[in-house]
Amino acid sequence: MIKPLEGLTVLDFSQFLSGPSATLRLADLGARIIKIEHFEKGDITRNIYAPHLNIGDNSAFFQAINRGKESLCADLKNANDIELIKKIAAKVDIVVSNFRPGVMDRLGLNFENFKAINPKVIYAEINGYGSEGPWRDKPGQDLLLQAVSGATYLTGGNSDGPTPMGLAIADNLAGAQLVQGILAALMADEAMHVEVSMLEAMLDFQFEPLTLYYQDGEAIDRGDQNAAHALVAAPYGLYKTQDGYIALAMGAIPILGKLLDCDPLLSYEDPASWFAKRDEIKLIIASHLSTQTSRHWLSILEPADIWCAEVLDWKRLIAHEGFKALNMLQTVSSSDGDTYQTTRCPIRFDDQLLTSIKGAPKLGEHTPFITEEFQ
Amino acid sequence: MRLPLEGITVLEFSQYLAGPYAGLRLADLGARVIKIERPKGGDACRQLATKNLRADGDSVLFHTINRNKESFAADLKCSHDVDIVKKLIAKADVITHNFRPGIMERLGLDFASIKEIKPDIVYGEVSGYGSEGPWKNKPGQDLLAQSLSGLTWVSNDSDKAPTPFGVAVADMLCGTHLAQGLLAALVKRKRHGVGSKVNVSLMESISDFQFEGLTTFLNTGEKLPQRSNVSNAHPYIGAPYGIYETADNHIAISMTNLTSLGEVIGCKGLDTYRSPQEQFNARDEIKITLANHLKTRTTREWLDLMEAKDFWCSPVLDYDQLTQEDTYKILEIEQTVTRDNGVSVKTTRCPIRLNGKKLKSNKASPRLGSANAYLLEELGI
Repeated sequence: MIKPLEGLTVLDFSQFLSGPSATLRLADLGARIIKIEHFEKGDITRNIYAPHLNIGDNSAFFQAINRGKESLCADLKNANDIELIKKIAAKVDIVVSNFRPGVMDRLGLNFENFKAINPKVIYAEINGYGSEGPWRDKPGQDLLLQAVSGATYLTGGNSDGPTPMGLAIADNLAGAQLVQGILAALMADEAMHVEVSMLEAMLDFQFEPLTLYYQDGEAIDRGDQNAAHALVAAPYGLYKTQDGYIALAMGAIPILGKLLDCDPLLSYEDPASWFAKRDEIKLIIASHLSTQTSRHWLSILEPADIWCAEVLDWKRLIAHEGFKALNMLQTVSSSDGDTYQTTRCPIRFDDQLLTSIKGAPKLGEHTPFITEEFQ
Repeated sequence: MRLPLEGITVLEFSQYLAGPYAGLRLADLGARVIKIERPKGGDACRQLATKNLRADGDSVLFHTINRNKESFAADLKCSHDVDIVKKLIAKADVITHNFRPGIMERLGLDFASIKEIKPDIVYGEVSGYGSEGPWKNKPGQDLLAQSLSGLTWVSNDSDKAPTPFGVAVADMLCGTHLAQGLLAALVKRKRHGVGSKVNVSLMESISDFQFEGLTTFLNTGEKLPQRSNVSNAHPYIGAPYGIYETADNHIAISMTNLTSLGEVIGCKGLDTYRSPQEQFNARDEIKITLANHLKTRTTREWLDLMEAKDFWCSPVLDYDQLTQEDTYKILEIEQTVTRDNGVSVKTTRCPIRLNGKKLKSNKASPRLGSANAYLLEELGI
């Protein structure tokens, strides 16, 4: 199978997570990624985390997000390096950056500059908060975007206070939206400037609670009992059992009461009460489910087609036949033969997996090769 | 500006969130998206009213996900209707569905059959857990996918129960990946003249989302991530990363040099942790010191001190506060969409900008079957 983006080249100035997550996807889809890195320090994620989380000399995060890319060292303040970069830019299809607004302008590397040397270039940019307004120069860091976008009032219960989602959600979403914009732009056959801010990506992510808020103006109420989603009725949540946790999604409360042999649930006949009285209902379910094992409850609920699941951690996930059947993991190697296991692209084409054995590059690993190719 | 997907037609058999979210993004980017819905009730999401909020008979959630689309009502159990749908398919570029395995085959609308009608079709399928293995018939529902994936162990403090993300994150990511796959397939069709089948699942998407953590876990001795017990915000990041209470509200502080932070905010005892390893190992004790100190002054006072030195910090806003901010207003993220009978809903716009332009459309979600008459006419039926 020909990968969909085979033959396309991306010049990638981006660092950290948001931009690199976008170019990782483009690499998975078949594009060649030339990653520009600071000639001494490289991408900041190579070393920013605690060393016990390293694979080889670089953080596992770096290794995960930069596999399959080529690394070109450059000093963006050096005229010779800029000259080389412009020669490369003239021949690529896509340029990606995620500096704060204004930085690429100062370097003479903005959309207009690239368009002058490459009339069909797609210039794709991620910033934190858009290029206008009082926040434009603020650092576009994931936790900060979660904090200003209202998202910390969606997870956990009211008594937990503002609770961030424990992964780089804003980076990931901004990167994913940028990929959509880039791929759409490839359909247009003309130069195009694609922009996504992390803030807009976070607001799009919250389109459901925000749209409801625009209608009724009510503050988000996460509830306190087994909180899982501020807008959804009981039983929606995770529940402690004798030996672990199970998840219950949507379901009719009296039916649940009958199945679980939990009489107090039978009186909640009005579906509107499942939202209005969700904490009260969840408390009843919670005390009832704590008396038996997860397997016990699931063996009753699953055959009755109730939407439920075990709560797994990564150890149990990767050992599970359900996960193994997805073939979600792949092993990649670096140029000196070190190998590591990571995930693959989540999209399948024509029933085939998109995998590649190429690991992340050493800093400047491809500098001589790329210099010769484009000089 | 001509939108890049103008001229592309998408037939959306998908219901609920993941598939329709992909359709929404393609519509934002210029595609014509026609929902194919059951004559009785349509997309089940029309009735899925979170917070019991509805507009013009449909849930506000449905309005949010399906703005800027058309609706064609067809009974796929009736061969007459299937024949009409096949005529629509012959003129379409993209199809998406999220039926359980086997259903499209029975309807004669699987990839192989569609290719007979439209050889270069881009055919997108969404499932919960793929088509093989013991989970293949499990309900493809967001909370369940989160629970199985291990994601519930990264948010909230370590003494708290596993905590799901309070947004349908598996659905949203899966819809995003579907849109990426469909777009990549359209690019391939443009370059090579061939169609593709694209498959995504909630489980693969939510696993991909955890790729950095999973890669760390798999290659550093399979030690499970430990949430911090104080102001947890990410299980792999050391102090001060987290959200802290202040005298009047909260403040978010990201990665930073602790010694200089201590100097700037006058907090003693932070200068002993200099390396990333120390900032990780001692994160709970560092965060307790910080938490006690930050309670003594207001968020604004701390921000004034820290922002002057370009520390990575920010206020913690709820929707009331966020929507008052100038940056929020300048972004113009809100737009009002209106049905032909005048019913309107205020919602968000596409987060992608092209050539500096915000992509907006005032077209609301369709009433069930509102495109039947003119689509039949377009087909000459």
